[in-house]
Amino acid sequence: MTDTASKDTDATRPETAKRGVFASLELDMRLLGMIGAFILIALVFNSLTGGRFLTPRNVFNLTIQTVSVAIMATGMVFVIVTRHIDLSVGSLLATTSAVMAMLQTEWLLQVFGLPLGHPALAWLAIAGGLIVGTAIGAFNGWLIGYLTIPAFIVTLGGLLIWRNVAWYTTNGQTIGPLDETFQMFGGISGTLGTTWSWVFAVVAVGAALYAQWSARRTKQGHGFPVKPLWAEGAVGALIVAAILGFIWTLTSYEVPQRVLERDFEARGEVLPEGYTAAYGLPISVLLLILVALVMTIVARRTRLGRYIFATGGNPDAAELSGINTRLLTVKIFAIMGFLCALSAVVASARLSFHSNDIGTLDELRVIAAAVIGGTALSGGIGTIYGAILGALIMQSLQSGMAMVGVDAPFQNIVVGAVLILAVLIDIIYRKRTGAS
Amino acid sequence: MAETPLVELNDISIAFGGVRAVDHVSVDLYPGEVVGLLGHNGAGKSTLIKCLSGAYRMDSGEIRINGEKAEITNPRDARAYNIETIYQTLALADNLDAAANLFLGRELTTLTGLMDEGAMEAETRKVMGRLNPHFQKFSSPVSALSGGQRQSVAIARAVYFNAKILIMDEPTAALGPQETRMVADLIGELKKQGLGIFLIDHDVHQVKELCDRAAVMKNGKLVGGVVNVEDVTTDDLLGMIIAGKPPEGVAA
Repeated sequence: MTDTASKDTDATRPETAKRGVFASLELDMRLLGMIGAFILIALVFNSLTGGRFLTPRNVFNLTIQTVSVAIMATGMVFVIVTRHIDLSVGSLLATTSAVMAMLQTEWLLQVFGLPLGHPALAWLAIAGGLIVGTAIGAFNGWLIGYLTIPAFIVTLGGLLIWRNVAWYTTNGQTIGPLDETFQMFGGISGTLGTTWSWVFAVVAVGAALYAQWSARRTKQGHGFPVKPLWAEGAVGALIVAAILGFIWTLTSYEVPQRVLERDFEARGEVLPEGYTAAYGLPISVLLLILVALVMTIVARRTRLGRYIFATGGNPDAAELSGINTRLLTVKIFAIMGFLCALSAVVASARLSFHSNDIGTLDELRVIAAAVIGGTALSGGIGTIYGAILGALIMQSLQSGMAMVGVDAPFQNIVVGAVLILAVLIDIIYRKRTGAS
Repeated sequence: MAETPLVELNDISIAFGGVRAVDHVSVDLYPGEVVGLLGHNGAGKSTLIKCLSGAYRMDSGEIRINGEKAEITNPRDARAYNIETIYQTLALADNLDAAANLFLGRELTTLTGLMDEGAMEAETRKVMGRLNPHFQKFSSPVSALSGGQRQSVAIARAVYFNAKILIMDEPTAALGPQETRMVADLIGELKKQGLGIFLIDHDVHQVKELCDRAAVMKNGKLVGGVVNVEDVTTDDLLGMIIAGKPPEGVAA
């Protein structure tokens, strides 16, 4: 590894003798930079659109549009950290989406005789999709790890293969409408509502504060230095404010009156005078939060995660330390396949049908999200939250430009330029901090 | 020495492509002994030793540990025999901190199966406190450390897990005089504890000083046999390295 790789953001805190106010907070500078970039983008678009960008409605839409790419981007972090690449994620999403669509509209009906609308359909379809995704991913990992075919080639081939397996599976037809329960994972058709969103907020705040407190206690227990109490409090307050602000925004997006009327009519009731309801936290976003949480724990607290980062940092050292790097590759790509299937649930549920071109070019969006989020292609460095923020930044740019009325070709040109610029800034940042 | 050797490398051969990197070499090692391995670059010293550490699989020959035949096909097997290696490249994951490197492949876990970072850092602080009391950069990735600090992390990893057999591949190549002294003292101390140490080195003076016996390799073959260091001069050793011939009158 070269010295440019010296700053792993989540592992590194330079121990300086004199500590300023800012240093005491021990904040992750890269995370701050990305959040800063995101806020800047949001504010610029908000002023360009006359305040339409930061409405609860647009924030809601932005989050549900980000979920599919963000889920896959968390898996791509592991792939890129181990110096591999996966170009087949968009096609894998299409194949798993096709399998799930066929399962719930035809195969399960024919084989098990389940009627359309059966409550088990969605769950069996999802289980089937996840199994297929994991299996294909593991197969890719086996080709790469055990047969030592470069990941670039395996997944470039996979891009063609799985795109067309999806096509063959559905005969190129659009399959829909999908099961109602299944559609709950799409975003707008499945939200927690006001009450449960706040319940989630309270649980999240509690969990975040507990995690912070127990980390501090562990450090103290071993007699390691901890940051001053006021700094701990300030960081905690920021986290709490972010969670509450996010939920407050989402619960401010009210369900339009005509939608409510239709819902009540469907149940044979009449909409009461003055009745309102808010969407709140979408189930798909909840799913993303869960994925982020689990993947972060895997990355930081499990041996699997440690081996992934060690292998990325120095494959020979990992091998000499007794790590089975071949099996590790299989596991990483199996996780990637699983996450592609999970993204396929969200993506097809959001459309309410499976279409032949679902997930097209997603591999590029997913890789870009991971890279903008600070994952180094040279391996060994990357964070889960970075990849999710990267996905959010890309989606904000894309939909912000669409709202402003930028022509489609320019939208893509800007996103491409931002990708290159983000990597350049990252290289400069690493050189500076690595030198000091 | 009538006791059973700790390690017997018998008639080891390994070839890469057409090149015989190690050609029917036999070396043994007793407890509390340091055996030096000398030779030019590419003479086969590192390759021979990597058969013992599990990094390479030998083509033929056998390895005996405490008199019993040992199957070492990967680094995990070697670790199971309490064989620890300090590689010339150090084999550190540069992006991880000292504790992560020290416990790599042998992480401490809590009851939940998650890694116990606190315990690993505490242990690292303990062992580093003994080896290199000035070491403070526990939360920096090892890429931010100096050559000597990196070396001490690699040494800490080898000695922490109760090694019986220690392989050191040019452990002082990147070190200054003071740090070299430190490694020499450490070797002496480990010897007293009854470890057997293979020391690969270029420096005949150092081998003369630190080792009990020495073996010289040239073009994959052992030059003569394993000689007692007291029986030879540094010039004899140099002659063996350069000319590839054992000096006259030395029992091989």
